[in-house]
Amino acid sequence: MNIYVCIKQVPDTETKIKLNPDQSGIDTAGIKWIISPYDELAIEESLRLRDKNPGSTVTVLAAGPARVVESMRTALAMGADNAIHVELPEAADNNWVAKSLAGALKKEPKVDIIFTGKEAIDDGAAQVSQLVAEYLGISYVTVVLGIEYLPSGVKCKREIEGGSFEMVEASYPVLIAAQKGLNEPRYASLPNIMKAKKKEIKVLKTSDVGTSESDQKIRYKNYQLPPPKQAGKKISGDPAAQAKELARLLHEEAKVV
Amino acid sequence: MSKVLVIAEQRDGRLKKSTFELIGASAAAGNETHVALLGEGVTGLAQELAHYGAKKVHIADHAGLKFYTSEAYSKVLFPLIQSLSPSVIMASHTPTGRDLMPRLSAKLNVGLASDCTQLAFEGDQIKVRRPVYAGKATVEVEFLGSGPRIATVRQNALGVPKPDASRTAETAQLSVDLGKIAAQVTEVVKGTSARPDVTEAAIVISGGRSLKNAENFKILEETADVIGAAVGASRAAVDAGFRPHRDQVGQTGKVVSPSLYIACGISGAIQHLAGMRTSKVIVAINTDSEAPIFQLADYGVVGDLFAIIPLLKEELKKIKEH
Repeated sequence: MNIYVCIKQVPDTETKIKLNPDQSGIDTAGIKWIISPYDELAIEESLRLRDKNPGSTVTVLAAGPARVVESMRTALAMGADNAIHVELPEAADNNWVAKSLAGALKKEPKVDIIFTGKEAIDDGAAQVSQLVAEYLGISYVTVVLGIEYLPSGVKCKREIEGGSFEMVEASYPVLIAAQKGLNEPRYASLPNIMKAKKKEIKVLKTSDVGTSESDQKIRYKNYQLPPPKQAGKKISGDPAAQAKELARLLHEEAKVV
Repeated sequence: MSKVLVIAEQRDGRLKKSTFELIGASAAAGNETHVALLGEGVTGLAQELAHYGAKKVHIADHAGLKFYTSEAYSKVLFPLIQSLSPSVIMASHTPTGRDLMPRLSAKLNVGLASDCTQLAFEGDQIKVRRPVYAGKATVEVEFLGSGPRIATVRQNALGVPKPDASRTAETAQLSVDLGKIAAQVTEVVKGTSARPDVTEAAIVISGGRSLKNAENFKILEETADVIGAAVGASRAAVDAGFRPHRDQVGQTGKVVSPSLYIACGISGAIQHLAGMRTSKVIVAINTDSEAPIFQLADYGVVGDLFAIIPLLKEELKKIKEH
C-alpha cells in the first residue's frame, strides 16, 4: 500500500506564548517545536499498517517554513520511509496548506490511504484534514478512535459528543484523522534518529504543487493575550463553612447555579 | 443587516442548544436569518427554530439524512447556498460542524474561521475572534477575497436567548438527491453516560490527579448530577487512567467555555488552563494555596476536596430544592 501521513510542527504544550510587539503574530524565539500530538498517532498508525502489509511504504508530508524539516526527521526516525516538504510561508492559512499538500499528493503515482491528526494543537481549527480530502476528491473520516482494515476500505470508529461514536465505512483511497486512543505512538530510537539525519527529504515549491498566495483565504491579525484576571475571592473557614459560603456565592452573587 | 444562513444541528430529533445561540445572535443583530434543517423526521422541529428568531427554515427531511455525513449534508447545502447566496454562513463547532464546514468552504472556494468565541455583525460582514494555542492567545480573523463569510462558533460562546413562542417562520422543503454516498455511517453507538458532554454543559466539574483513583471521581459525579453538570478531568488524571480521554479538558483534550467551571484538586498546568480559561465563572478547590489555578479563580477554596465536595453537594441540593 502507498501510505501517506500529513504532519504539522507546533510549539510544545508547555510553551508560554508571547506576542510580537506589533501583535501580528507570536514571538517564536526560544520555542521548542514538536510534532502536533495527534499527528504522532497518525504516524504510528501508518507504520503499523505498513508493517502488516509487506511492500508498503510510508511517506510523510509537511507544509511550512524550513523549521518543519526537523519534525519530518523525527517522523523518519520513528520509521517513515520517505518525506516531502512543501515550502510555504509561516502565515499560510489552512486552505493554502491543504491545497498544497493535496497538490503534492496528486503528483504521487498512487495514494491508498492518508493519515492526519484530528487537529493541530496550535491553531486548533480542525480544517486541513477535510480540506486535503476534498481537494483530492476522496472520502474522509475524522476523530477516529479505531480502524478495521478491510480489503476494499476501512471501517472506522469515529468519536462524537457525549461518549457516543459512529461506525463509518469508506473505500480506499480514504483520509483518516486520528484521535487520542487510536494507538500509543512509539519513540524514535537513537540509532534511528542518526539514520534519519541522512535520509533525503524531497522539497517542493508552491509552483510544483500548483498553489499561490491567492489560495490564502483568511489571515490572523491583532493577536491578543487573554486579559489578566482580577484577583478572586478566597473563601475561608472550616470545610462546612467553605462549602456553605461557596454555594451561596454561586447562587446569589454569580447566579450560575 | 445581511442574509445569514445557520446550519441547524439535531440529534435524535432534539435540536442542539448551540443552534439556538447562532440563530439568536443573528436575529438580535437584525439579520434576515435563514436556517437549514437536515435529518429524518425533522420537519416538526422548524417552528422551535422560529422561537429563537429564524425567519425561514429550509428543510431537508430524508431517510438518507438519518445520520450526519459530510457528503450527504454537502449535497443538500451546496445548492441551497448557491440559490440563497447568504453573506454569512454559521455552524456550531461541534463534532458535526467542524467535520462538515471545511468541505463546504472548499466547495465555495472561501475561507473558514473555525471555533470562534466572539462574533459581531458589521453590515454584510462578520468580525470574529478565535483562540489560538488553545486560548493562550486570541486572534481576529480577516477574510480575504469575496464570497460568503463562514464561521463555526464554540458552544456556549454566544449564550442561548429567551425563546418567544409567538414567533413563526416560513418553511420550505428542499428537494433531496443524494446519489451515491462513498463514506457511510452504518451505526451510531450511544454513550452510556447520562451526563452532558464537557463541551456542551453549562457547568463542568473537573478533577485532577489529587482525586487519587477512578472510584473517587464518584464524589464529583454525584455533585455534578445535583446541578446537571458534566464531569471533566485534567491530563494528569486521564494519563493516570482515572477518566477517558473524551473527558480531558486542556490543550490536548477539549476546550470548554461553560458558565461555571469547578476545578477540584487541579493545580493548573498551562495546558489545562488553556482549555478552560474562557469559562465565565471559575472555582478552584485545592489544598495548595500557591497552585496556579487560583490565579484564574473567581472563587478560591483552599482546603481538602474530599471534605468540601460532599458538603458542597448537600448545599447545592438545598438550593436546587428551594
